[in-house]
This record gives sequence, structure tokens and C-alpha cells, in this order.
Amino acid sequence: MTTDTLIGQEVTRVEDQALITGRGQYVDDLRLPGLLHLALVRSPYGHAKINRIDVSAAANAPGVVSVFTGADLAEQLGSLPAGWVLIPEQTGGEPMATPDHPPLAIEKVRYVGDAVAAVVASSPAAASDAVALVDVDYEPLPAVTDAEQATMEGAPEIHEGVANNKSFDWTVAAGDYDAAAAEADVVVKERIVNQRLIPNPMEPRGIMADYNAGTEQLTIWTSTQIPHLVRLLFALVTGHPEHKVRVIAPDVGGGFGCKLYLYAEEVIVGIIAKQLEKPVKWIESRTENYVATTHGRDHIADAEICGTSDGIVTGLKVHVYANLGGYLSTFAPAIPTILFGLMLGGCYKFENLSCTVAGVFTNTTPVDAYRGAGRPEATYVVERMMERYAHEIGRDVIGVRRRNFIRPFRRGHDMPIGVTYDSGNYQGALGAALDMFDYQAFRQEQRDARREGKLLGVGFSTYIEICGMAPSAVAGALGAGAGLWESSTVRVHPTGTVTVFTGTSPHGQGHETTLAQITSSRLGIPMENVEVVHGDTERHQFGTGTFGSRSLAVGGEALMMSLDKVIEKAKEIAAHEMGVDAKQVVFENGTFYVEDIQEREIPWGDVALGAYWAKNLPDGLEPGLEAVSFFDPQNFTWPFGTHIAVVEIDEMTGETSLVRYVAIDDVGNVINPMIVDGMVHGGIAQGAGQALQEAAVYSDDGQLLTGSMMDYAVPTAEDMPSFETGRTVTPTIVNSLGAKGAGETGTIAASPAIVNAAVDALKHLGVTHLNMPLSAEKMWRTIQDAKEARRARRSAAARRGN
Amino acid sequence: MTTGTTDPFAYHAPTTVREASQALSRYRGDAKLLAGGHSLIPMMKLRIASPQAIVDLRNVEGLRGITENDDGSITIGAMTTYYELITSDVINSKACAIAEAASEVADTQVRNWGTIGGSLAHADPAGDLPAVAVALGMEINSASARSSRSIASDRFFRGYLETALRPNEVLTGVTVPAQDEGSGCAYVKLANKASHYAIVGVAASVTVDGGGVCTAARIGITGAGPHAVRSRRAERILVGKELTENVIDRAAQRGGAELAGMFNDDVHASAEYREAMTQVYTARAVTRAAACAMG
Ligand SMILES: Cc1cc2nc3c(=O)[nH]c(=O)nc-3n(C[C@H](O)[C@H](O)[C@H](O)COP(=O)(O)OP(=O)(O)OC[C@H]3O[C@@H](n4cnc5c(N)ncnc54)[C@H](O)[C@@H]3O)c2cc1C
Repeated sequence: MTTDTLIGQEVTRVEDQALITGRGQYVDDLRLPGLLHLALVRSPYGHAKINRIDVSAAANAPGVVSVFTGADLAEQLGSLPAGWVLIPEQTGGEPMATPDHPPLAIEKVRYVGDAVAAVVASSPAAASDAVALVDVDYEPLPAVTDAEQATMEGAPEIHEGVANNKSFDWTVAAGDYDAAAAEADVVVKERIVNQRLIPNPMEPRGIMADYNAGTEQLTIWTSTQIPHLVRLLFALVTGHPEHKVRVIAPDVGGGFGCKLYLYAEEVIVGIIAKQLEKPVKWIESRTENYVATTHGRDHIADAEICGTSDGIVTGLKVHVYANLGGYLSTFAPAIPTILFGLMLGGCYKFENLSCTVAGVFTNTTPVDAYRGAGRPEATYVVERMMERYAHEIGRDVIGVRRRNFIRPFRRGHDMPIGVTYDSGNYQGALGAALDMFDYQAFRQEQRDARREGKLLGVGFSTYIEICGMAPSAVAGALGAGAGLWESSTVRVHPTGTVTVFTGTSPHGQGHETTLAQITSSRLGIPMENVEVVHGDTERHQFGTGTFGSRSLAVGGEALMMSLDKVIEKAKEIAAHEMGVDAKQVVFENGTFYVEDIQEREIPWGDVALGAYWAKNLPDGLEPGLEAVSFFDPQNFTWPFGTHIAVVEIDEMTGETSLVRYVAIDDVGNVINPMIVDGMVHGGIAQGAGQALQEAAVYSDDGQLLTGSMMDYAVPTAEDMPSFETGRTVTPTIVNSLGAKGAGETGTIAASPAIVNAAVDALKHLGVTHLNMPLSAEKMWRTIQDAKEARRARRSAAARRGN
Repeated sequence: MTTGTTDPFAYHAPTTVREASQALSRYRGDAKLLAGGHSLIPMMKLRIASPQAIVDLRNVEGLRGITENDDGSITIGAMTTYYELITSDVINSKACAIAEAASEVADTQVRNWGTIGGSLAHADPAGDLPAVAVALGMEINSASARSSRSIASDRFFRGYLETALRPNEVLTGVTVPAQDEGSGCAYVKLANKASHYAIVGVAASVTVDGGGVCTAARIGITGAGPHAVRSRRAERILVGKELTENVIDRAAQRGGAELAGMFNDDVHASAEYREAMTQVYTARAVTRAAACAMG
């Protein structure tokens, strides 16, 4: 296992053994002497004024050490930052509204779950008991939970001075949509709702903080995807110096985007540990997680597509109400704008695009990235509207897509909206998917099934997405508050074993394996001689973290750069040893040699040792063998593919099940196919969950009606068919690995494919659109209504006939 | 916000029904019996229930097991778990709807702990076993320190989480009456996608004579209303007729008629949908029970 051949191999994940045998270390597993436990008093109201908080009963309860309110800590806690402030050029000249976000609410609560006080006690139970004793005098205010309603006149004002509850109105456009629509044979309009979702990582959040009053060092263990950004933002918000903050992400049990921010609790726990000079821990219960951790999606899109009657699409127009929740979460503004609007061209040629997005505050849990983050919303609109349009003009959905596809390209394609796709072959992916799925046979099966009262439908999604976040200059110009490059260190030890330090922060993705595979292959050393270290700001250089399918495309490339540097230096040492010029030295399979000179051969381990022993180094060469690199890509990467879903609907009950699923993804070059398959499988399940059953539902006054797993339908293996997956390979030119990123394809592609399939199954009844989730009752009602309408049409026709 | 801990409580683990009942009396309604704990403990952790004392039934003798009696009836001890029901030959051959319902409950962990006594005593409006108890005409056996009695299942469920048990009574078990020759039963369920509890669950038991005519029918419905009910109006249409598709459909249209105006209406399903699904699932349950009776 020591050659280049490890790239592309299904190497078993090295991290799994510990995790599945209970040897993982999550925040909740960590203990410190004298540890105190923190619990939060949270608002039971969607919107209320805080008149008074009486903590006396709680402060005197058994085991309680201290109770803090927002007023007690206002100075130290600061306001949580807006990590992405959209630029005025894209918000009609109006600066984006970034109202204060106090970690502990002081004057007002703005959503159910907003924290108002923190209780610290000697045990989790004592803290939890005392929470019930904190007496908060709330004055309930009218609440609003729907983004569109929140912008209307008379809606309650959530943040003082934020008119119509709008943080921003964001716009991008290409060509001239209105002119295109005026000339078009057909214009189809649809309101497309992308419902609110709850991310549900296996591990809820958890934080522990320890303060050393002697050194003023504050250590924070937190279940996060971005330890370095947490440290930076923590320092900015609290004023505690960054170099005296250490953030550690131990084992993290999933995130799906919801652990990608600086959270109120990180600031609260850190500052309280500092105040008390004692270690403090907060572990989020699942119930809390449902209201206190960010939600995803929640878009109302009014979409319009236009084109010719024979299948050429000429334009797309979308207006979105994006629900931001009660406050701005760190990256919230970027999700429904940059990651949505710039994706609306899909893999199609049309040149006229208009997109406006209203970012709206409501009395709900803050909304931010959730697996796919903006791209699922965009793909859903584009792929749903493509099929809606094809149906309207009476053409087959495949033919219409083929007519509009961008032709295959290998070295960049400029899109009218101003982005450049790296490489693509959309026809190729569609063709490969159709090879696996016999379309003609399916249409026959569908007709036969219908005669037996069984409703079958097929739906497609020829998606594209943005990965490899991101060129820092581009992101910065669009409002990002941090660079989005990635870093690595390769440290070769004297015995030739290697530690790789990465700025990415895996929490289930398998970087320990993938990055070790790359290192092992490049250096020709066994996998077990490579250790991948991440998630600790004190152990390695600044990094950005894991999100947006960036870790391989950006972090992997940063690793390649360090490996190259290390190999370069090693060659110099070997050349000196062999008495030849470094240019003559070849490094292969862990051996340095000179072509045609058999006896001149030095193994990797000897060079590593030589680098540290330093008794025979070339003049002027520093001892040691270690390299640090920062990779900032020139472009994003643009994976794509074709997914095909088949659903079956029980006409009597509306129960809708996914019965077949074919996925062809093109993520460029693949390091570990098994890991990519795992990503695709999980992603499809999450996309199917959104399409079929997941929905976070609020009552009008802001109560989360689906606040537990008994009410919120996370999909399970039982709900899924066996997926049929495959790949085409179109390498990216953005990095030397040719890898595009594979973390989100499934989630992005699945929901439109499945909804398209359900619409196809009911097309003969006159159904043209369905909103997610396709719950049994919704489907039953749709079928009932469609049949009713058909009966009415028929009897009207009969009457006319008389 | 709760972190999933209960309020403090006293714990007792008596060895006889008599002691258990006495413990209940002592706390005057503020003690709870503990069986599998898979309804009670979640409620305590959410602090929806905060009893002063827990009276654990695990050590009480004679509450566990499945016995086939000489008259063909079956007695099931209250502490018998779902797993034991699912894997029992007697249950599968004589009263398969019990096994079908038990295997529809939650997941393996819950089925390893949850008990038939706990399920019936808890009377969750969406519990699976209450529908089967009603359809099979079970007798529910209970005892206090002084006396014991049997309660007919169709009079046992009284309201939302409310049964005919008295505060100091222990449910000791159930008796499933002997099923006549030519009987069949079934349980079918439209599950809530999140909790897997029944949006609607229907159990049916039918008996047919040699000529294919239905001589007896019982239908139990769960999930649809505040508690499990018997649907006599649907049963009446079946009795005395051959169980053709047409007859079953007509009966199904009366399925759950007893719940008119009382169908549950919540974020998971509207009353209108539950009413319609009660009818669809009544047809499905009766169709399967009839096939089983005639098979
Ligand atoms: C995740 C999950 C999913 C579930 N899904 C389903 C489902 O799909 N369908 C379903 O039917 N159920 C479901 N349940 C509930 C489960 O079936 C419970 O086990 C059952 O409702 C109660 O049985 P138990 O033995 O656990 O009783 P316990 O929880 O111990 O007790 C429940 C109540 O009954 C009382 N009680 C218990 N035994 C007696 C007795 N012998 N005499 C008098 N009173 C008694 C207790 O005092 C308590 O009030 C689910 C539970 C969980 C946790």
C-alpha cells in the first residue's frame, strides 16, 4: 500500500474503528476537575418584551453557583457578528440591516428558544432544575413567522428601525428578462416553496470552556465545523485576545452546516468560565437543538420561465422571500443570495436572468446554511421550472433539457451572470444515467400500472452546483467577512513518519482517510505512517474549516502544495548525499534515485533522518523537513450530474414512496470512491427527506409545532430504496487533484428529481406543481381535488353537449 | 429549558400485586407504576409527568408470560413485552393481529422493553395494541390489594390517556377469548412518518361460516380519535353477509362513524384526512382478516 495506486482506491476509513466502538471523544465525553454545568433559560414566546427577570429563587436553589442575565454580562458578551455583509451595489444602494444580536437577550426575545439567562450549577440536573425557577416577566408581542407576511404593512416590527423587517433586497441580473418574456411564445409562472428544515446532526451542540487566570488562556471545546473562525470571531466579539484563546473541535458528530457559526452559547460559556475562573460545560439537549440551533432553507420563490413553443428556454426570473429568522446568523445573508442567485443559470444556455431576494426577519429560529445551502434552493427552482415548461409546451423533459444544455467544455465556460464554470459535460452525465435507467420501458410500465390503479412517475434533475469555497477575493468582493482559502502543514518526522495538519475540520466526512491516502501515495509511505491532525487552533496554522464541499478541492490542494515543497527539499538532500544535481533525482514509491545509476538509491526514511541529523546537508539548507502552505483557488468548482427518481403513489391514501433512484454524479477526479458513494447516499436521503417528509412548522404566534423527533420526520433507511449510483469524470482545472467536491450533490439533486416524479405521476389528472414535503395527506388532497375538478370539467362539457 | 432530567422521585420495587397496589394507595394517586417505561420515562424527562414515587413492576411475580388455556382462550401477563408477543407461536397462530400490531410498534429497543400492560394502561390515543384489544374482544384483568375484576376492552378506553382502571388498580394481564373456527384477524396502520405512531390504525376480526357468510365481526380503531374505539356500525354491515369487495366497502364507509366530530386534528393530519383514512384502512383490515379467515 505505498504507491500512487492508493488514489482512487476504496480504502477503509481509518476514523471509523474508534467512533463505532465508543472510543470517540465528543464534548460531552470530556471531564475536567471542578467542572460546572450550565443550562439556559429560553424564551417560550415567539416575540415578547422582557419586563423583569428575577433570578433569586434560582440562585438559592441547591447546587446553583451563579445565575447570569444578559444585563449582567452585556459588556463582556458583545453582539454576535454578521459574518457576511452584502455589498450595497447588490442591495439597491441600501446598506444591509445588521441589527444587534446579544447572546443573552436583554430587552426583547425574538424567537422561541432565544436565551435570556444562564444558570451555572454543580450538576446538569441541578442547573436544569434551577432553570425552571428563573422568573421572567414577559410581555407577549404580536409575532410573525412567515417571511412574506413579515414584509407587509402592519406586520410586527422585530428589530427597531428595520423597515418591513427586511435586512436586504438583493439583486442580480443578466441580459434582459422582461424583453425575453415579451418576445417568448410561452411564459410559465409558479410559486415554489422550499420549506424550512431542521438539520438534526447526530450529535447536538456542546461546549466546554476552561480559563487559566494565571496565563489568561481560555480554552473552548466546541462541536463546530470551524474552530479557527470561532476563535477569531470570539476574540472580536468579546475582546479577549485571539492569541489567548484556543478552540478545539474534538470528535464532532455531524453538522450539515448548522455548526458553521459563532453561536451565542460559545460566547456565553467562554465568558462565564472566565468570570468564574472555573471550567463550565453546556450540552445541548435534542429539544433545545430543535429551537436553538440554526434551521435551513425556508424560501418562498415566485418563479417565471419563458421560451419558445418548440423547447428553447430564453429566460428565468425569480423573486424570493428568504426567511432569516429572528437574528442574522453568521453566514445567513450569503445563502439565499450569492449561493442561490449565481446558480440560477443551471447547466443551460439561456441568457436572460433576473433574481431578487428579500432577506426577512421573522419570529423564528435563525436560518443559515443547511447541506447544499442555497444551491438546493436554486436547483429546485431551475429543475422544477424546466419540467414545468416542458409539460406546458407538451414536450418530453429529456428532449427539452438536451436542447438547452451548454455544450461540453473542459477549460472554462463564462455564464451570463458573471461566473465561470470550470468544466462540464451535461450531456455525458444524462446519457450515463439513461443507460442505467430504461426510459422507454419505464413509460410503458407507467401506462400499465395506471390501468391497475397504481400511480408511478419519473422525475429528472440535471443539476449543477458550486463547490470549493472559495476564491477569497471573489467572496470578499461579494461581502464575505473572512478569507476562504485553506491551509496545511506537512511535518516529516526523523523516522520518516508524517503528521499532516489541515485547516479543514472534518466531522464525519473522512478526511483522516482521504488526506492520508494522498500523502501516502505522494510520499510512497504506508497509510499507517501518516497521521492527520485537525480541529485545534493551538496545534496547527490558521484554517477555514469544513463546509461547502471545499475540504478536498481547497484543503486537499493545500496539502498537495506542502507535499510538493517537502519533496523538493528532500530531493536536494538526497542529491547532495548521492553527489548529483537535484534535477537528476527521481522520487518514486518512497525511493530517491538517479535514472540509469542502480547503486545510487536512497529510501525516504534515510532522507528524513538526514534532514534532522543535519551532518551532511547542502550548503545553506536549513535542517528539518516541514512545509506550510495556503491555497487560495482562482475559481469555484462546479460539479454536476443527472439524478432520476421514480415514485409510486397510493391513490387511496396519498402515501408516496421513492421506489427507484439512479444517480450519476460528476465530481471530477475521485480519491476514495467509497467515501464519495457514502456522501452521495447520505445526500440523496437528506434530499428525499426534504421532498417527502421533513418540515419545520410554526404556529402563527411562533411556537415550533414540530419540535421533536416525534413530530419532525427525519428519514430513515426504511424510507429509501437501494440507490443505483455511478459517475462520469470531468476533472476540474482549478486544482491539481482535478477534484471538485462531493459533499452535497445528493441533497442538491434529489428533491427536484423526486418532486418532478410526483408531478409526473399525477400529470394525467391535471396536476402541474406540488410543494414539499409530499406528505400523504397533501397528496391525497391533491388527488381528490384534481378528480373533483375533472368531474366538474366533464359534467360542464356534458351540459354543453346537451 | 430541560436538559432531559426528571424531577426527584421515590422508588419502590414490590414483589406482589398487593404491595404494588398498597403503594399506589399510600401516595394517593401521586405514584406511577413502571412497566417498560417507554411512555412513562419520556414523559418524566419532559416533566409532563412528575410523580412523587415510582412503583416498579419488574419484580412482581406472575405478571409475565403467555398461556393457552383449556377453553382455547389465551392469557397474557401485563409485563409481557412486545418482543415476546411477536415471537410467540401461540400468538402467531391463534391471534396474529396482536403480533402484527406489536411488530408495528416503534423500533427494536422499544419492543424489547414495552409491555402489553403498559400500552393498554397508558391508553395513548395512537397506541397500536388498544385497537387489537378491542377487535379481539379481550378481557382486561386488574387487581387491587383487596379485589380483582375483568373489564371488557370496548369499555376500558375512556378518554385521552384515560382508562377504566381505578387509581389503586394494577392491570395484571389480558384474556383473549377463544376464536371460533373460521376466524381471522389483522391489524393495519397508516404510520406518522416522524413518530411511527398510528395516524390511523385499524384491527379487524371476522368469523365466516362454511358458506362464506360472516357470522361475527369486531373492528377496533386507534389513532383517529381521543381513544381506541369499537366501530359497531361497520361491524353490523358485515354480519350476515358474504364478505365481497362491495360489502366490505360499504362497511368501511361506516368505519369510525362512532368518532364523528371527534377525529383528531393536528400538525400531522387533519380530522378530514383521518376520517377518510379510517374508512380506507377499515376496508384493508377487514379484507385481510377475511382472507385469513377463509384461507
Ligand atoms: C420512540 C418510541 C416510539 C414509540 N412508538 C410507538 C408506536 O408506534 N406504537 C405504540 O403503540 N407505542 C409506541 N411507543 C410507546 C410504547 O409502546 C410504550 O412502551 C407503551 O406505550 C407503554 O408500555 P410500557 O410497558 O413501556 O409502559 P410504561 O411506560 O412503563 O407505563 C406507561 C403507563 O402505564 C402505566 N402502567 C404500566 N403498566 C401498568 C400496569 N400493569 N397496570 C397499571 N398501569 C400500568 C404506567 O403507570 C404509566 O402511566 C413508543 C415509545 C417510544 C419511546
